[in-house]
Amino acid sequence: MSEAIHNRRKFVSSIMTTVTAACAIFAIAVLILILSYIAYRGIAAINWEFIVSTPKPVGEGGGIGNAIAGSAMMTLLASLIGLPIGIGAGVYLAEFGDKWYGNTIRFLSDTLIGVPSIIVGIFIYTLIVLPMQRQSGLAGAIALAIIMIPIVARTTEEMIRLVPKSMREGALALGAPQWRVTWDIVMPAAASGIATGAMLSIARISGETAPLLFTALNSRFYNWYYDKPMSSLTVQIYNFATGPFEVEHQMAWAATLILVGLILVINIIVRIFTRKKF
Amino acid sequence: MKSKISIKNLDFHYGPNQALFDINLKIKEREVMAFIGPSGCGKSTFIRTINRMNDTIPIAKVSGEVLIDGKDIYAPKTDVVSLRRKVGMVFQKSNPFPKSVFENVAYGIRINRMHSGKSDLEDRVEKALVDAALWDEVKDRLNSSAFGLSGGQQQRLCIARALAVQPEVILMDEPASALDPIATQKIEELVVELKKEYTIAIVTHNMQQAARVSDKTAFFMLGKLIEVNPTEIMFTNPEDQLTEDYITGRFG
Repeated sequence: MSEAIHNRRKFVSSIMTTVTAACAIFAIAVLILILSYIAYRGIAAINWEFIVSTPKPVGEGGGIGNAIAGSAMMTLLASLIGLPIGIGAGVYLAEFGDKWYGNTIRFLSDTLIGVPSIIVGIFIYTLIVLPMQRQSGLAGAIALAIIMIPIVARTTEEMIRLVPKSMREGALALGAPQWRVTWDIVMPAAASGIATGAMLSIARISGETAPLLFTALNSRFYNWYYDKPMSSLTVQIYNFATGPFEVEHQMAWAATLILVGLILVINIIVRIFTRKKF
Repeated sequence: MKSKISIKNLDFHYGPNQALFDINLKIKEREVMAFIGPSGCGKSTFIRTINRMNDTIPIAKVSGEVLIDGKDIYAPKTDVVSLRRKVGMVFQKSNPFPKSVFENVAYGIRINRMHSGKSDLEDRVEKALVDAALWDEVKDRLNSSAFGLSGGQQQRLCIARALAVQPEVILMDEPASALDPIATQKIEELVVELKKEYTIAIVTHNMQQAARVSDKTAFFMLGKLIEVNPTEIMFTNPEDQLTEDYITGRFG
């Protein structure tokens, strides 16, 4: 009797282990398949000229230097806007957000995370592009910042909530006012987690296309000014990929490989940067 | 000797649940009072009313008086920040900050702006660590992380941190309950030493510990103060039957 139950349990257990393992292998296999296919298609077209030069008419070579620069500039500005606001909002939610208004902000923030990014693009188009009467790197960066803020806010909140209550009490018991407890003790304790959230949100926005399509538009040249249309890797990939010529498709794959590589680098930096010091 | 802490008709509620019932108690200056009683009897809640640590719990409600040096700390004008400087606290689980050993001790000095310069700060940190009987063990690693210390060292670091802001009263909430016997012995020796300068309220589950370190012992049960007496009387000839049952191990 008990032998039968025992065998049955072992059987169910092995089935479940197999099923979950199969799911895990499938998920990873898809990722590896995508990455290796991108590498296979893209690697041939990558050379120094491709990385530094601007797009040229089809057949004359050219590259994505301006798109890399534009993506970097917009990501930088978006981070300068989005990270302080997002982290500040997260601190507020974690430290003071237990009342109804905190719950409201949390709910709205979660909703904002789920809003399709093209809607953010349309919103910024109406709010900034139309009054300025042209697309600009600034509009693109703000659209990216808006996508970033709720993600950063929620991860910051989660990380701050993980700081043990005992640590706060220790500081309060020394006569520290609330804001100093938050600033001196809680924030440093949560710093590596907050940094992880920040870097992941940077990785996320550097892969966004939709909010840039009609905010930053595109540019065929190096553009160092935020008030003019700016090229980005993602929009450039879109343009290459939708073009009629095989050589453009080749360049789209190469640009994709570079984009994926950059995101991978960001993620690796996160890993190294947030490794526990103690 | 005059009373340092004087509690009158103290009631304490967590929302609808009453946790302390009409507590009346006096602690004299430079006296160690131990608080014993079964789990959940209100000992910790009680000592946390003395530095208003319970303020952080939104549903907590206090009524009655807690006088320190004759002043009611629950009076509306009380500055909680300076109260907590005067009434230090050591917690059950050591809670060093994610900083270096030095910065852990320096933190309270810095936020209260007690030092006049860098060397004064260093002197104060050293004195606090010496007083907490930790200096010799950490003097070569002041700049390394506090998390690298052993459990007992971390707890003494927390004591040093509390001493550094020069409190007058020290509240200890089961300071040795998570420590091994050797570390516990060090903490107990320290309490006896600190008694020369500070008024100490110590919660403990360990009755031998109460007997070893305290001048007086208070026995709590179900939120009520059952008995307070000099420790030697408490453990040899308690007045109340409940106290006797508890210390002889009949329950709890």
